[in-house]
Amino acid sequence: MAKETNKDIFITPIFRKNPIGLLTLGICSALAVTTKLETAFAMSIAVTIVTGLSSVAISMIRTQIPFSIRIIVQMTVIASLVILVDQFLKAWFFDISKQMSVFVGLIITNCIVMGRAEGYAMSNDPAKSFWDGVGNGVGYSVVLILVAFFRELFGSGKLYGIEILPTGADGWYVPNGLMLLPPSAFFLIAFFIWGVRTWDKTQVGK
Amino acid sequence: MQDDTKRTFAVAATLCLVCSVLVSTAAVSLKSAQKENQRLDVQKNILEVVGLYDENKPVGTQFEGDWKVLVSLGSGNVMDKEDAQFEGLDLANFDARKAVKIEGQFEVIADGALPQISKRARYDFVYEIRSKEDGSLQKIVLPIYGKGLWSTLYGFIALEPDCSTIAGITFYEHGETPGLGGEVDNKAWKASWQGKTAFGTGDYSKPTISVVKGKASSDDTIDGLSGATITSKGVSDLVKYWLGPSGFGKYLDRIRSEQNSNAE
Repeated sequence: MAKETNKDIFITPIFRKNPIGLLTLGICSALAVTTKLETAFAMSIAVTIVTGLSSVAISMIRTQIPFSIRIIVQMTVIASLVILVDQFLKAWFFDISKQMSVFVGLIITNCIVMGRAEGYAMSNDPAKSFWDGVGNGVGYSVVLILVAFFRELFGSGKLYGIEILPTGADGWYVPNGLMLLPPSAFFLIAFFIWGVRTWDKTQVGK
Repeated sequence: MQDDTKRTFAVAATLCLVCSVLVSTAAVSLKSAQKENQRLDVQKNILEVVGLYDENKPVGTQFEGDWKVLVSLGSGNVMDKEDAQFEGLDLANFDARKAVKIEGQFEVIADGALPQISKRARYDFVYEIRSKEDGSLQKIVLPIYGKGLWSTLYGFIALEPDCSTIAGITFYEHGETPGLGGEVDNKAWKASWQGKTAFGTGDYSKPTISVVKGKASSDDTIDGLSGATITSKGVSDLVKYWLGPSGFGKYLDRIRSEQNSNAE
């Protein structure tokens, strides 16, 4: 195997090995928080911080973790980090934390975080694990923001809360209600996966 | 070596200790900032429910401290500092949610009057929004709460000075399912309360306002939330309770007679 630089480790998960695109992990939260760009951004940042830090933390103690309880140890580290993020949001970004309600807590169950901890951080050094975690977080964010962009634009005619397509009594745009419902995120993610796999044929499943 | 039972326990214990110290440090040190946010959020909700909120100005500058008055639900009277002291209350720090645990500060709610809630405080804060020019009463904001499907919903209902026409409703804290019961936060649904009549029959001891299944058909009915029958019923019950004689009924009677004597 060729030597991977930190940059490679960081870049690959964004398109080549996107956690949502290639591995179809972390779909649940991608459906829930993508009706608006604002919440999608907040969720992206929160997940990126959690994957980055949890990968470092787990990688640092990886030689100490007894094999039999490794999953529980990972879970505990991740859960603690998520509670920290939740507390910080409540203290400084109250409105956003109110909108995201239960979904911040549900980062604990986001398969990407756990997947990177078990699949990468357990067998690599902290620096590499950090870049891998952040890269996967950013990969997840790219999809989240793309999906939110389309859902907010076509679902409510707005981008980041600012009206782009005039709706209502004197507007010409009739919002597409389906875009605000969870299934639309499935369609959009499917289009994203289709696009990525057309561009990079190696990702096509056999 | 790594799988030695003793070591496994040691690692688990250390990890738990480190994580709990981290989490509790964050929770304790951020508590005051979070409390402040909640206080401002309540004020913002009050401003929103009466339609005075201007998002370009900080909440604190728009909210007038003297709107807030402590009302004794039993008599309907506003309590000043001396009344409060006489009843053994600390006016500045009174908290209706804590009062239900303090002997002498709560009353038992008759069975089923407010489903799944057995006690309420004998006092609560009401917000009387008054005009800056002549001090005349513009709106009354009453705190309301009750059970939905999963959680207790806490909110405010605003009434016009006639104490019957609804000026707005909002819930600032609840844990209902997002997209279903959580639609109590829906702006269009909240707006549908405006202008409705709380006492459809004109009998002020019996609020008739209710959330119905499907479409509202009269002046005292509100569209139900689809997919959220229990939350809708909860909202319906709690609004009726708080506007009724065992809720703020006495207080509303007093305001009503004051308004009438002012008009004459």
